[in-house]
Amino acid sequence: MQTEIKEPITQQRFINQFEKNQTFLSANDTPTLAEIREKAFTSFVKLGFPDTSMEAWRLTDLQESFARGYDYLLHPIKELDAQKVFRCNIPHLDTAIIGQLNGWYVSKDVPMMELGNGIIMGSLAEARKKYPKLIEKYYGTMADDAGDGFTALNTAFAQDGVFIYVPDNVKSPKPVQLINVIHHDKNLFLQSRNLIVVGANAKLSLVHCDDSYNHQASFSNIVTEIHVGEHGVMDHYKLQNLNNNSTLISSVFFRLEASAGLESHYISLNGGLLRNNIRVLFNGPNGNANIYGIYLMDRKQHVDNQVFVDHAHPGCTSNETFKGILDEQAHAIFSGHVLVRRNSVKTDARQTNKNILLTDTARVNSQPFLEIYNDDVKCSHGSTTGQLDPESMFYLRQRGIGEESARMLLMFAFADEIVNKIGIPQLRQRIEDMVKKRLQGELQICEQCVLHCSTPEHPMEFNIDISKI
Amino acid sequence: MLLQIKNLHAGINGKEILRGVNLEVNEGEVHAIMGPNGTGKSTLASVIAGREVFDVTAGEILYHGKNLQKLSIEDRAREGIFLGFQYPVEIPGVSITNFMRTAVNEVRKFKGLDPLPGGDFLRLMEEKKKLVEITSNLTNRSVNEGFSGGEKKKNEIFQMAMLEPTLAILDETDSGLDIDALRIVANGVNKLRRPDNAFVVITHYQRLLDYIIPDFVHVLFQGKIVKSGGKELALELEEKGYDWIKQEQA
Repeated sequence: MQTEIKEPITQQRFINQFEKNQTFLSANDTPTLAEIREKAFTSFVKLGFPDTSMEAWRLTDLQESFARGYDYLLHPIKELDAQKVFRCNIPHLDTAIIGQLNGWYVSKDVPMMELGNGIIMGSLAEARKKYPKLIEKYYGTMADDAGDGFTALNTAFAQDGVFIYVPDNVKSPKPVQLINVIHHDKNLFLQSRNLIVVGANAKLSLVHCDDSYNHQASFSNIVTEIHVGEHGVMDHYKLQNLNNNSTLISSVFFRLEASAGLESHYISLNGGLLRNNIRVLFNGPNGNANIYGIYLMDRKQHVDNQVFVDHAHPGCTSNETFKGILDEQAHAIFSGHVLVRRNSVKTDARQTNKNILLTDTARVNSQPFLEIYNDDVKCSHGSTTGQLDPESMFYLRQRGIGEESARMLLMFAFADEIVNKIGIPQLRQRIEDMVKKRLQGELQICEQCVLHCSTPEHPMEFNIDISKI
Repeated sequence: MLLQIKNLHAGINGKEILRGVNLEVNEGEVHAIMGPNGTGKSTLASVIAGREVFDVTAGEILYHGKNLQKLSIEDRAREGIFLGFQYPVEIPGVSITNFMRTAVNEVRKFKGLDPLPGGDFLRLMEEKKKLVEITSNLTNRSVNEGFSGGEKKKNEIFQMAMLEPTLAILDETDSGLDIDALRIVANGVNKLRRPDNAFVVITHYQRLLDYIIPDFVHVLFQGKIVKSGGKELALELEEKGYDWIKQEQA
């Protein structure tokens, strides 16, 4: 079997590849899962890849990314020293770390962990074999293949990824850190598929990092389904620190049952082209979702956050707050679509997008959008884009603070509104440090992992102390 | 001489606002600048502070005998020029503590001093807070955000106390203050007076000058200082308004 093909990305390539490898791909599928795969492939054949003629992709052009040519791996490459790759250390933060390398779960010979409290964490490929009933109950029920060829493609080719299951009434005692590392010596197209199930009245904190390990180009098409049961709580952090040659299409589908709570934080620090499809479905009444985003982009980087919140049941509250700082020729897109259905009375939905443009060549397209079909709702949206406030700059400089430091203070203060929503103090401190480093142009893609930038052995130094803002 | 302004012409977007200001301020003095609205008082304060939106088209400002023209805003501040803002800016997300620590340490760095250790800094903050009777936990809040008019002005004087400037220009610090806040602000200023520093107090009203006694009073009108005198000039203005000045100039 051919495992490495360096070709541009075209629909035909994947159609050929699927047809050639379908038996292999579905080898471990139950009939239900095989059907999901088959259906997704049909969707992909129909949809193909999006282009700029589609409204949702009007401002994100993938042609350049597609043209680069990538390997596609149907088998994991031999694991590097996994311990070394994932020696990821947030000082004083005790996390359960699980890793993915090029989309494959890094097993360290233990593909599945069953913790005493009933929590299951491990490889999705393994889970498909070991817990077929559990997987069938949730897998593919949230990711919607109809809208986007990328999700359909992911479902058609899905092999591995991460599976986390928190049973009803169990609160995960420590945050789970999921690290996706890309490391390959050629351009790589990769897809991984994650499934997270948080039971009724259960709780999980998940820190999900996307990292590059080198400067090789990559194209990631990652789909994550997250189910939160009744009165369940999901605390979700998405950290993106990829190299400038990387393209990431990340689609996360949240389904919230009655009275479930979601806090999601999208922190985009670096990447060539980042597209976050964030879809939230209120599948029962009285749910609550807060979705925060901060993006700090420069050079020709491109970030596109597409948030869709479906208020399908009454009494739910959603709040989207996205903020960005754009330098040089960076381009950011924010599209927030809130759908309030006819029976979803007592809906409270808010959207805010604020941007600072540091240059004349940086661009923002902000499209908050409310679609409301009943009148017993509270909804608001707002969007602002501007420069650093000259009045504030004058004020700070008049007190003796140098121009660069004044800019840093204002930018950090702007970003900190989002950063200080991070509920885990050690993680918040770490992200604050990374944001500072990023704003000062000092953040590198990490040698080992995104959270390894500062350690007690190698502390970061700042010429102004903005730790106590 | 601390400050010497010679034939200063300045404006914004080609519109001339200051049309030949002359002013001399020595150490230990308090000068009041009064005048009707729109005569250039705030412009004069901003130009001394180096605000870049204003263009100096003629004349010069000497500070300790040195021309300020080429000095940046922050370097003027570090040399000891402080501007108390008429409308202090709200800066969400930046705490006063951190703002002041950054400012104090950047000024110290400029003077070749090491940063103030954390404990010493906090003690200094506590001491200076008392000077303007700030009792609340104002200092952990974002700079001026949600402050009342009185709190904002007290916060200006607090910052002045922290930075111990040589030349403090207070731009309508009395506007919007009730009588208690006015007294607190004025007391703060009086306690900071030293033989080696000076104050330029810009105000509309004589009221503030009951508390901060000026050595000199100047009237700025149509971009020029048209009259100077002692503190009694302020009383005369309070009584007669500005019309007689306008008529004298007509």
